[in-house]
Amino acid sequence: MLELQGLGRRFGEVAAVDGVTLSVPAGQMVGVIGRSGAGKSTLIRMVNRLTEPTAGRILFEGRDVTALRGRALRDWRARCAMVFQQFNLVQRLDVLTNVLVGRLNHRPTMSSLLKRFTDEERAMALAALDRFDLAAAALQRADTLSGGQQQRVAIARALLQEPRVILADEPIASLDPRSAKVVMDALRGLNRERGITVLCNLHHLDTAREYCDRIVAMQSGRVVFDGTPAELTAARVRDVYGVDEAEFEEQAAAAVRRSAANRAAPVAANAA
Amino acid sequence: MDALSFTAAGGGPAPSAWSPAVERGEAAYQAARRQRRNATLIALAVLTACLLASAWVSEAYPATLLAGLPRIGEYLWRILPSLRWDALLSGTDTEGSLAFWFYRLDSWAWLLFETANMAALATLFGASAALLLAFPAARNLSGGVPYQLARRFCEAMRTVPEIVFALILVWAFGVGALAGILAITLHTAGALGKLFAEAIENTDMRPWDAARAAGASWPECCRFAILPQALPNILSYALLRFETNIRSASVIGFVGAGGIGEELYKVISFNYYEEISAIILLVILAVASVDLLSERLRHRAIGALGGAT
Ligand SMILES: Nc1ncnc2c1ncn2[C@@H]1O[C@H](COP(=O)(O)OP(=O)(O)O)[C@@H](O)[C@H]1O
Ligand SMILES: [Mg+2]
Repeated sequence: MLELQGLGRRFGEVAAVDGVTLSVPAGQMVGVIGRSGAGKSTLIRMVNRLTEPTAGRILFEGRDVTALRGRALRDWRARCAMVFQQFNLVQRLDVLTNVLVGRLNHRPTMSSLLKRFTDEERAMALAALDRFDLAAAALQRADTLSGGQQQRVAIARALLQEPRVILADEPIASLDPRSAKVVMDALRGLNRERGITVLCNLHHLDTAREYCDRIVAMQSGRVVFDGTPAELTAARVRDVYGVDEAEFEEQAAAAVRRSAANRAAPVAANAA
Repeated sequence: MDALSFTAAGGGPAPSAWSPAVERGEAAYQAARRQRRNATLIALAVLTACLLASAWVSEAYPATLLAGLPRIGEYLWRILPSLRWDALLSGTDTEGSLAFWFYRLDSWAWLLFETANMAALATLFGASAALLLAFPAARNLSGGVPYQLARRFCEAMRTVPEIVFALILVWAFGVGALAGILAITLHTAGALGKLFAEAIENTDMRPWDAARAAGASWPECCRFAILPQALPNILSYALLRFETNIRSASVIGFVGAGGIGEELYKVISFNYYEEISAIILLVILAVASVDLLSERLRHRAIGALGGAT
């Protein structure tokens, strides 16, 4: 059980997330939808403390994880893995090492720094890659893979953390429809087979309806809808967002493309 | 449209026939140009004044310069070897032969070898220290006290010239190469620490987020998310530094800190003219060949890093 109690985050005057209370039973697959700036990313990044909350608490299985520090915080992060819109792989590094990054929390720092992974860990990584049909690419550099393949490598990395929760921030927003389906299927597979709780930001209502057990809609940092896919009817969407579904998705998609373009800049600067 | 249309006043458009928008634009352009020219003139005047003042303070008078110039030529003339065509390839006993000019080639070659080794070791040690310093000294990964400490330490190390470190270290460790190696190491750590930190600040931070989100510790995040990205630049800087350090190692012997510099200092102060030119020629040859070698190495290394690291 993952519980958010009155969770909030302010950036100066802006309340990015404002008093969100949710309780997510173990093994649920939750889709978080909302327009750009609704606070979806901030919410999800607060759960694994990449962004610090300014109000409220996060409880996991009754334990408060809001105030963890040092080793305990890192252990918590390892248990709720994160999947990013831009995959966040080290482009110059081979696929296998990228996946093994998911293992770093489970091993002594000194031997990690020398990159001395055990045979067992390598086997784990290869098995995770094989699950997503990428074992053959293990020694290739990450930047030789397509976006869909890179996202699957990122999910394999998450898998190596042996997580209880997977947080996915727009995992398919940078992918073509076919890769998007493969990635969403992968997330659902982990959710169904291993009982991993999945919290997934999405901007496609149809994707959210198809894959998620539960949909949470956000607007200006607040939860404005929380229910099953069946309850999120077209009429309900118009109610909540004041626009029809096609318009809503168009707005959300445009915003995602903008933020992706902004973030791509540092990579180009680095290529030289 | 209106602004672009000519008002035809009998025949071609006279300058005064331009529309008001064009004239306003032209006036603004002229004003901006005048302003820029004035700023340039003022800057030039200030610069000239500064130059004159500094020349006066440092007593760099044109008369002194003119008087000294011929003496440079005279010195160069003196250190030139007196070679004779007919004896060029004779043994060490024949005056005018190459062997006579380089009669101490064996010991000089050894000293040059020592110099190159000093530079290589100092580069290795200095670059290693710089690598450790660079992560806390990078603004995107660090902050607070560790950042300030690392930055200020690098600054202090690279501000003090090697020769000053060498003087102190010769006093502490005695005459010899060890003092020279340490002196160059310290300066290298400071200089490379800053450059490495800049290479790190230019990396993509998204993998850093991912490693942190996976529960990796700070050193692990540095090692896995940042180092692979910065490594080609870091290597390139280190090899460039090796070239610089060869030059430093050749003069650091002036204060007794090992290498060919000691010999060079001796022959200069005793006015062994022909030996000066012989040694300088050797140093130039050595530096040039290291330049060539390290350039090859740099390209090779960067090419190899294209694969997995
Ligand atoms: N690091 C930050 N600094 C300042 N404002 C931020 C920061 N991150 C997010 N915000 C603001 O918080 C609000 C929510 O952003 P975000 O969580 O990224 O929304 P979403 O992911 O739903 O598009 C936006 O108004 C955004 O401008
Ligand atoms: Mg977002």
